[in-house]
Amino acid sequence: MLKGRAHKFGDGISTDHIISGRYAHLRSNLPELAKHVLEDADADFAKKVKHGDFVVGGNNFGLGSSREHAPLVIKIAGVSAILAKSAARIFFRNAINLGLPVLICDTDKINNGDELEVDLAAGTVKDLTSGEKLTFGKIPGVMLKILNEGGLIPYIQKHGDIKV
Amino acid sequence: MGNTLAEKILSEKSGTDAKAGDIVIAKVDLAFVQDTTGPLTVRQFQSSGMGKLANAKRTVLFIDHAAPSPNASLSNDHILLRDFSRQSGCILSEVGDGVCHQIVQETYARPGDVVVGADSHTVTAGGLGAFATGMGSSDVAVAMGLGKNWFRVPESFKIEVTGDFQKGVGAKDLILHLIGMIGADGATYKALEFHGSAVKKMSMSGRFTVANMAVEAGAKAGLFAADETTHEFLKSEGRGSDFKSIAADANATYEKTVKIDVAKLEPTVSKPHTVDNTALAKDLKGTKIQQVVIGTCTNGRLEDLAITAGILKGKKAVKTVRLIIAPASRKVLVQAIDKGYIKTLVEAGAIILPPGCGPCLGLHQGALGDGEACLSTANRNFQGRMGNPKSFIYLGSPATAAASALKGKITDPREVM
Repeated sequence: MLKGRAHKFGDGISTDHIISGRYAHLRSNLPELAKHVLEDADADFAKKVKHGDFVVGGNNFGLGSSREHAPLVIKIAGVSAILAKSAARIFFRNAINLGLPVLICDTDKINNGDELEVDLAAGTVKDLTSGEKLTFGKIPGVMLKILNEGGLIPYIQKHGDIKV
Repeated sequence: MGNTLAEKILSEKSGTDAKAGDIVIAKVDLAFVQDTTGPLTVRQFQSSGMGKLANAKRTVLFIDHAAPSPNASLSNDHILLRDFSRQSGCILSEVGDGVCHQIVQETYARPGDVVVGADSHTVTAGGLGAFATGMGSSDVAVAMGLGKNWFRVPESFKIEVTGDFQKGVGAKDLILHLIGMIGADGATYKALEFHGSAVKKMSMSGRFTVANMAVEAGAKAGLFAADETTHEFLKSEGRGSDFKSIAADANATYEKTVKIDVAKLEPTVSKPHTVDNTALAKDLKGTKIQQVVIGTCTNGRLEDLAITAGILKGKKAVKTVRLIIAPASRKVLVQAIDKGYIKTLVEAGAIILPPGCGPCLGLHQGALGDGEACLSTANRNFQGRMGNPKSFIYLGSPATAAASALKGKITDPREVM
């Protein structure tokens, strides 16, 4: 069971919003890079976010670049899951590959600052502030296996191969 | 039922009868990274325990995004890539060689290949009939180590393109128009497959421009059949033997069909800050710009420089605009020198950058100041993309960019042709 506060963002949060290309020189210095997480969408996010919190987006979350650093800095910030109405393909796969769940649900019903409780196994989100209960779509089988191992590289370390 | 191009390629490479929606393990024919995603890929590869590359001669590390490097930390990332290339035996493409996607289509990708790159614009090689798609560092590391990865076979949209382009209108206007029509997430998880008489007549340069931007509609791939034009292109690159004819079956199943008559298209521009925020260049007439960028993996080819030189010949860009031109590869630069385009462009006031990504992603070579606007031939205009969230990026064709450089304002190229 995951529990934390919702940080709400709008539609079309791009990989440049999440971690701008102008910080590419920090990509081999992850603690420094992570200080700029979501900076171009909310300049204070890195200061506000607490371990276990949720990033809540709208449509097409994570569109743009293939930079795995985008989900990586969100993970380093302590975020336990991303909730969005829809997610861009590469971002979705990258997040799962890092062991960071992306849950597709109707985020219109969640307000900024709401306290959420997510049950990954049951596929439910409980908004403890509003009392609203949501369900999220199933993560495809192969991705669930990767997620359950903590990501793609831990999966490969354990199995030495990839199977579907 | 027959197969789409995506189903055909993924069937062959997975040894299964792959249909849209299936999850398959497919052989990867080419895996590559660039200098902003490569260091993480190398670290993921090294920690994975896979040990050796599956095929070192089909693994390429490109130094193109920050080339030459603007600072010590990126220079150190370049050292990491050079060291890994030496240790692993894989191919290194150095500073000044050009943009990964340009060199991939000039040198490596073959029709029917599965290509994965740690860069979202890997889709460019779909222009020659390769199933090419962008992935993150971990996924490309796995493809490098195992020579394969898992793929969900995408549903395909059939994009039926007919008619003849008007003067001053081309492939870039077509793809901007399409993205404006279906939206920045209109094709998420799907493949765009391009058909029709206008596609058959389209040059390879135009096909690469269109395929390059498929990802801006969310697509996993942008695919063209490999035909006689593809064969001629591969012959001109000295690799005619890499050709094989590949096309979707006539009775393939598509999720939907989108029809576009290119004769009705006009010069099109994406406005800040999303690619699907399109308008006609003529309707933005008078919008002031301080920078014009011509180049990148979208429009840095010889044909693009020819169009640009054609418009700028004997004229001068206005003093209020910095006209920055980056040929996509060393080969393109040499050809543009031979044709006299570079002289024309320099005389018109252009700044010629070394082959590479240039200022497209805000790392160097032309970051924008507060409140400044740029007309770029690149593929992405997200807020902050060119180094400053307080700046504004418009996307257009080389013709629109060249015309706008002459006026210092967004200009319909037909006004100056």
